[in-house]
Amino acid sequence: MKKIINTTLALFATVTISLGAHAGGGNVHLDHANTDINDQNSLQNGAKLFMNYCSGCHSISFMRYNRMGKDLGLTDDEVAKNLMFNGEKTGDPITSSMSEAGAVKWFGTTPPDLSLVARSKGLDWIYTYLRGFYKDESRTFGVNNHVLVNASMPDVLWQLREEKSAAEFDQDVRDITNFLDYVGEPAKLVRVSLGYKVLGFLFILFILSYLLKKEYWKDVKYGKWRAKD
Amino acid sequence: MDNNKNWIDQRFPLTKVWNEHLAEYYTPRNFNFWYFFGSLAILVLVIQLLTGIFLAMHFKPDADLAFASVEYIMRDVDWGWLIRYMHSTGASAFFVVIYLHMYRGLLYGSYKAPRELIWILGVVLYIALMAEAFMGYVLPWGQMSYWGAQVIINLFGSVPVIGPDLLIWILGDYAVGDPALNRFFSLHIVAVPLILVVLVFLHIVALHTVGSNNPDGVEIKKNKDENGIPKDGIPFHPYYSVKDIVGVVVFLMIFAAVVLFAPAMNGYFLEHANFVEANPLKTPEHIAPLWYLTPFYSVLRAIPPMFGSQFPGVLAMGAALVILLALPWLDRSKVKSIRYRSWPYKVALAIFVVSFVWLGYLGMQPVTPMNALLARVFTAAYFGFFILMPWFTSIGETKAVPERTTE
Repeated sequence: MKKIINTTLALFATVTISLGAHAGGGNVHLDHANTDINDQNSLQNGAKLFMNYCSGCHSISFMRYNRMGKDLGLTDDEVAKNLMFNGEKTGDPITSSMSEAGAVKWFGTTPPDLSLVARSKGLDWIYTYLRGFYKDESRTFGVNNHVLVNASMPDVLWQLREEKSAAEFDQDVRDITNFLDYVGEPAKLVRVSLGYKVLGFLFILFILSYLLKKEYWKDVKYGKWRAKD
Repeated sequence: MDNNKNWIDQRFPLTKVWNEHLAEYYTPRNFNFWYFFGSLAILVLVIQLLTGIFLAMHFKPDADLAFASVEYIMRDVDWGWLIRYMHSTGASAFFVVIYLHMYRGLLYGSYKAPRELIWILGVVLYIALMAEAFMGYVLPWGQMSYWGAQVIINLFGSVPVIGPDLLIWILGDYAVGDPALNRFFSLHIVAVPLILVVLVFLHIVALHTVGSNNPDGVEIKKNKDENGIPKDGIPFHPYYSVKDIVGVVVFLMIFAAVVLFAPAMNGYFLEHANFVEANPLKTPEHIAPLWYLTPFYSVLRAIPPMFGSQFPGVLAMGAALVILLALPWLDRSKVKSIRYRSWPYKVALAIFVVSFVWLGYLGMQPVTPMNALLARVFTAAYFGFFILMPWFTSIGETKAVPERTTE
């Protein structure tokens, strides 16, 4: 038994070390986003900011307005009144109203759909990128970005940055990041809490199955099967 | 009840099968931790078949629709996310279980006579499982699905003479595209699963014909009592059925923890780049297959192109798998279990395991001069384990094997 435990621990240690070594990656230092998907106020603020500052150009087309409202604790009416600007229906996917031809004309490229950006780029990347703009007169929009060099995106949050304190601005960006985390995987809101319940159930099952095994194996230990020796 | 049983038994060997394979199938009483993984492999196979059936109800095998249909499953299908995560985690779990199962075979010499056919069927199963996993990974049609398929399938193009035509025949096109996705879907959900189920059946029939090996490598059938029952044997049911249930519950705890707390496993089970839809015009910076295929990918990359052809590397990768089939005849040792083996075997096995893990790690990393050198060293060690086996299994002192199983 002791041997098994040692082997298992050694295996875990190896996996953890290699995971840690991999997680670093990339050349740019990324700040820790430190989001909490269970913070509903943060998600609501993130949704509001996204709809006002991002959705003009970026779609999140795998997300529907009413599903978002339901998950964020908003009624369909509240969603329609506060977060929908183009006369969509509440069951519609959240798509930008910008035409592809217009996008190419204005930005030289189509702004990517952000449904899964949190899963492909990671939360720290989004959080650092949105805070990573700096003045660069050589660029079309007068700004460049530390994380994504020569990004075609203008610094859409500049007004927030100027009106608010640094801490408040960081919190706003954190909320947008948190919202995009939710958009990337709506199931994340339920799966972790479900996880504790499932593990609790399995733990009880483990005790019962172990006792059952022990009961049956008394035969083997106390000679029922050894009696044939 | 008994009447019903008789009625069936006159028409189908129900009681006979039950007894031969469960209630009166005598199993060594000294199985340890390493003997859980056979039954767990069956469990994972069942999980994959069941979740796969439900995924196939919603998935669209069409290059324009596939990626969005997976997200539809993740968002709009009731519990679709759970079914999908179980399937994606199940793929990695399958290989974890199979690698430990195969390692058990190496530890206790389970491939040695009279169990050669069990081993061979198992190796074929393992290769079929790799094909199954590879084709399954193409289906979500993300960037890694697409470019991973592009890299692996293009290997067939390096076959001399027929390569280019073979490639077009496999893909049904000049590049990975809709026809490839469609046929991989068909192979992934019908052809290969059928092969897997039949091979598992044969694997178990062969096992139950000769009986299980055990950590002592003692043949329990050599010591029978007056009723012809092995003295060190206990009926599989109920003793090992209840013991395996404990193993199943522990496995499910780990499985559920991954599915519900870390389904992407930080990019190891679901790669980050695979959340971007396949784009034939944009090659990702770094293409790596999923972790369970990387040891062989490393072998492939370790062999430099010769005469302007990648084919030698492809051959080496194939040989790394095929050589497993020869194992029962390469091992000349008189004893089966590591407990009684000579020290050269123990050292060789340790080097082999380290080499395999390192090859797996290197297969995920970009090629650098240092990585390439390491990959070559470990590739040599991998093949050395098999090629030198007839030698190192016939030298050194083995310990005396007991007559009966030990506690």
